[in-house]
Amino acid sequence: MATLKELSKVEERFVGGHRLCAGCGHGITVRMILNAAEGYNVVVGCATGCLEVASTIYPYTAWKCSFIHNAFENAGATISGVEAAYKALKRRGKVNEEFKFIAFGGDGGTYDIGLQSLSGAMERGHNMVYVCLDNEAYMNTGIQRSSATPTGADTTTSPAGKVIPGKQQPRKDLTAIMAAHNIPYVAQTAIHNWQDVHKKARKALEVEGPAFINVLSPCPRGWRYNTPDIVEITKLAVETRFWPLFEVENGKWKLNYKPKKYVPIEEFLKPQGRFRHLFKPGNEHLIKALQEEVDNRWLALLERCGETPELPPR
Amino acid sequence: MKTKVALTGNEAVAQAMKQINPDVVAAYPITPQTEIVQIFSSFVANGEVDTEFVAVESEHSAMSAAIGASAAGARAMTATSSQGLALMFEVVYIAASMRLPIVFPVVNRALSGPINIHCDHSDAMGLRDSGVIQLYSENAQEAYDNMIQAVRIAEHPDVQLPVMVNMDGFITSHAMDVLEVLDDETVRNFVGTRVPLDYLLDAQNPVSMGNFDMYEFYFEHKRQQTEAMKKAKEVIKEIGKEYAKISGREYGLFEAYKLDDADVAVVVLNSAAGTAKGVADELRARGIKAGVLKPRVFRPFPQDEIREALKGVKAVAVMDRAETFSTCGGPMFADVRNTLYDLKNDIKVVNYIYGLGGRDLRLEDVEKVFMDLENIRKTGRVDETVKYLGLRE
Repeated sequence: MATLKELSKVEERFVGGHRLCAGCGHGITVRMILNAAEGYNVVVGCATGCLEVASTIYPYTAWKCSFIHNAFENAGATISGVEAAYKALKRRGKVNEEFKFIAFGGDGGTYDIGLQSLSGAMERGHNMVYVCLDNEAYMNTGIQRSSATPTGADTTTSPAGKVIPGKQQPRKDLTAIMAAHNIPYVAQTAIHNWQDVHKKARKALEVEGPAFINVLSPCPRGWRYNTPDIVEITKLAVETRFWPLFEVENGKWKLNYKPKKYVPIEEFLKPQGRFRHLFKPGNEHLIKALQEEVDNRWLALLERCGETPELPPR
Repeated sequence: MKTKVALTGNEAVAQAMKQINPDVVAAYPITPQTEIVQIFSSFVANGEVDTEFVAVESEHSAMSAAIGASAAGARAMTATSSQGLALMFEVVYIAASMRLPIVFPVVNRALSGPINIHCDHSDAMGLRDSGVIQLYSENAQEAYDNMIQAVRIAEHPDVQLPVMVNMDGFITSHAMDVLEVLDDETVRNFVGTRVPLDYLLDAQNPVSMGNFDMYEFYFEHKRQQTEAMKKAKEVIKEIGKEYAKISGREYGLFEAYKLDDADVAVVVLNSAAGTAKGVADELRARGIKAGVLKPRVFRPFPQDEIREALKGVKAVAVMDRAETFSTCGGPMFADVRNTLYDLKNDIKVVNYIYGLGGRDLRLEDVEKVFMDLENIRKTGRVDETVKYLGLRE
């Protein structure tokens, strides 16, 4: 495992000049993933979304590796086509270099509109890594709910209104859905833990066959927290067990981090404007329900990972 | 070496694909195209081609994967029909705007709804403004020949556009036909290998493709697509001549059948052109100067050439196997009538919508069209501009 100092010397392939918001999780994640791809030629595929519109404004590009954007829902299929071309051209002696293939999509392009394309690409066994940059809503179009949006969150299509207090449905567990594809490598990670991201990206790149990584990528505009606190926010997501770090390697589930104490979900919710309404008097039951959802998911995850299903000590 | 064989249209197209041996084929089955995917899969499974075959989970992914493969530098193909093409709609435009030379046969079938599996051209007409070149084929021979030429047209440096090769569902795709196929080596030499300009797998020259393109450049990029379409006309003719040398069959932008001295003419695509030519022959024996214009290239539309070919005709019927619901005729009618308007010589141009959802086009239907034209020619009067043929009303 490379040290932070060594990683700081790796040549960046996602460079400055892009127009992502200050403190956006996407830029940080992409740099971490591409750092882990050091030593490989890379072709990046990207779904329509913040990352694409902010990094490839013609005639500029922030990508020093080859990059392709096709449409919103087809990053999986597009990069699978690139990978198929690589196999064919290599076999025919027209390409000699080694390449790795990485697709990036937001939660909209991955959990929702692009799920079919992703599922197909994974099932077909292409040698590619799909990275979901999960910021828990459609941020590019102005913060609309997705199936990754947490219960209770205030978005522009699940507004916290007088009658309905934010999103009413629980989050889709996409990482588990991807694990159910029985692909060689699936992982969930978050950017406050750079070693975890780096290790998982490296594993995903080196495994033979398809790999999927789900990265929690906070959006200061959509989540409404103090922008410089991005690392603290993701850390709270993991400490409250809202976003557990785990991996599924050849079908074997493994928990990568177990919080020492029971940190209530309020700690993650409180700094974020999208959950502010949950703290109004009379809404205590909503936070309680959310806590139950988190605890139940945590216990189920522990069971899958072969750990004793118990909550951390309070 | 040329060999006479009996093949269905689907088999002929699959045969052409085998001989082209593309780098990547990404496709999804749909009636009536299914056989093409099946036959090609068996070529892959038996090692008769060394193509990377991607059995995608939808047509949207078929074209998306073909885009990825073509952008990566590969010679890529897909194939579809009807709903499959409709599902691809979004990405067909993207393939054209990214200037990717993807070749794809479309076995024409009516669009839903109501659901129907038989032939009309509503699928292809839905993409007439997408920026892809559209070739049409009267029979299995033309479908085979068009496929082979399509590769060269698509990849020509002046063009760099996707090419859709159309043939009629069931009528052509499933009917056994006698055709002449070339030997593998001749086809291989004719199509050569693709030499991409910028491509993703060029390790020394990374490239960004599919960028976000605002009002500063989008318009210019669209204009360049039109320019490529214009140039495609010459390229198609050149490649048609070159193909004649290896096959003995020359292809241009359209077939002009007995038009030189024709008084009345029918303009019609695909298999119905065969029916129309048969009827024209019979009518000529009865002293009626009938002719047929069968566009092979519908996009780009060969406007000047068609105007020249029809300038001496007195009355023209455009037969459309698709409805636009504009209430003023079918898609090809609009183009042909627009084309003839500039002649200012009062050619009467009428429209017949026929054969939707696989409704048979009978000899007597086409004969009625010619007789209507004769009547228009003699009286100079058009009672109805748009008519429906073979419809119960």
